[in-house]
Amino acid sequence: MKKTVLNSAHQRHGARLVEFGGFEMPVWYSALTEEHHTVRKQAGVFDLCHMGRFEVVGDDPVTALDKVLTRDVSSMKKGQVCYSLVCQEDGGILDDILVYRLPDRWWLVVNAGNRDKLLPWFEEKLEGAHIVDHSESLAMVALQGPLAVGLLAPHIERPKGRSLETLGYYRVGAATVNLTGTPLQGWISRTGYTGEDGFEIYVDSEHAEAVFDALVDLSEDVHPCGLGCRDTLRLEAGMPLYGHELSEQIDPISAGLEFGVGLHKTTPFIGQSALQEIESRGPQRRMRGFTVDGRRPARQGAAILHEGKVVGEVTSGSPSPTLGVAIACGYVDSGIPEDASLQVDLGRQTPDLKPHPLPFYRRETEKV
Amino acid sequence: MSEVPADRFYLSSHEWAQEGDDGVVTIGITEFAASELGELVYIELPGEGEDVHFEQQFGEIESVKAVSALNSPISGQVIESNASLLDSQEPITDSPFEEGWMLKIKPADDSWKDQLMNPADYESQLNNS
Repeated sequence: MKKTVLNSAHQRHGARLVEFGGFEMPVWYSALTEEHHTVRKQAGVFDLCHMGRFEVVGDDPVTALDKVLTRDVSSMKKGQVCYSLVCQEDGGILDDILVYRLPDRWWLVVNAGNRDKLLPWFEEKLEGAHIVDHSESLAMVALQGPLAVGLLAPHIERPKGRSLETLGYYRVGAATVNLTGTPLQGWISRTGYTGEDGFEIYVDSEHAEAVFDALVDLSEDVHPCGLGCRDTLRLEAGMPLYGHELSEQIDPISAGLEFGVGLHKTTPFIGQSALQEIESRGPQRRMRGFTVDGRRPARQGAAILHEGKVVGEVTSGSPSPTLGVAIACGYVDSGIPEDASLQVDLGRQTPDLKPHPLPFYRRETEKV
Repeated sequence: MSEVPADRFYLSSHEWAQEGDDGVVTIGITEFAASELGELVYIELPGEGEDVHFEQQFGEIESVKAVSALNSPISGQVIESNASLLDSQEPITDSPFEEGWMLKIKPADDSWKDQLMNPADYESQLNNS
């Protein structure tokens, strides 16, 4: 199993380590629910070094990317970050990624479990550009939660004296990180996977551990947080997770990710015609959100029933620490009305599923 | 290090079995298992009169993160199930060897201990894992 550069930091902070995406990662340090609330109310620190950080190098990276990504890359401004899908010809999703347009270069952040699959795929499909894999040399840590901006701002210097507060949502820029006693040159983006305001910080891997510890030490209100709460936070925020809501057998239209697809962008991209067809005839199944009756959470793979027949499948489910009930999302046949009576097959029990709009949780200020 | 009480026997999948004066055997999960599971949200146990079988699943326990099978360290018939756990699983976390007991079993035969680990063996399994 692979380890990130922060593995010994996790052990020092008392993490319970599990396998995720081929890496040994912290699932929690103290307790999942506590860490969940820390991020919703205060601020939590996450190791994201397991994710892939790819630089796209070439004469015309914009056109090369536009042909392989669903998003209209050519319209991205300098300093902008975009969510995009990488699709196969049939519209099936190879990965969901973030695209970073830095002032002088292009970056992609991809899921840990898809790194090894995407590298050769990009090598084959990118025309006139190639990937330089910085995943090992460049570390990525996040500070997420309502206190993040205030706690972090005094330690971040940006070009032209701009403050951290003025970095917009889904924006990225160069930063001098003054957290460890030595100024570190790196990048910072106002992005995250928790539904809270927060930042992702990119510095050379040799400084990752010092930065991680310094973030945890910013305040008594800050704690290291594991992938366990990252999963409940993203589920509440209605964000899909590859391997659950997304796979090569699922297309972005069915997944409710139309916003991440430039269906009619002028540069044709891999999967475009398949996705246009799915969009015009309507997807056969759609992502829906539910609360589950009773105490027991519905988990991935549980069958969704209507009048005793299987009409769908749960993709993610968990107790929701914020809502205080069990929540789930999953795919349901498009022919089943929104208000149809649905149950979930949990073996001995088949509790009712009540429709719940996605996302389950939205923070008060969505845009900065 | 997790506690391993000397007055009972163990299954490698972290369940314990303790013989009472009346020959009835109480079963549950170990402190190590409870701490591995983390916060619990749900448990499913068999009812009185149902049979359980050695190393076969007798129930399910669910943490915030995942579902795990509960395996029986003994074959026999359930004479009592700890119904209070259905409402709150906290005793399993806080007191896995006492208040967190799960089932009382009437053993199918007298040789049930022969198939289980003694406390020293279970402790060395924990130390080597």
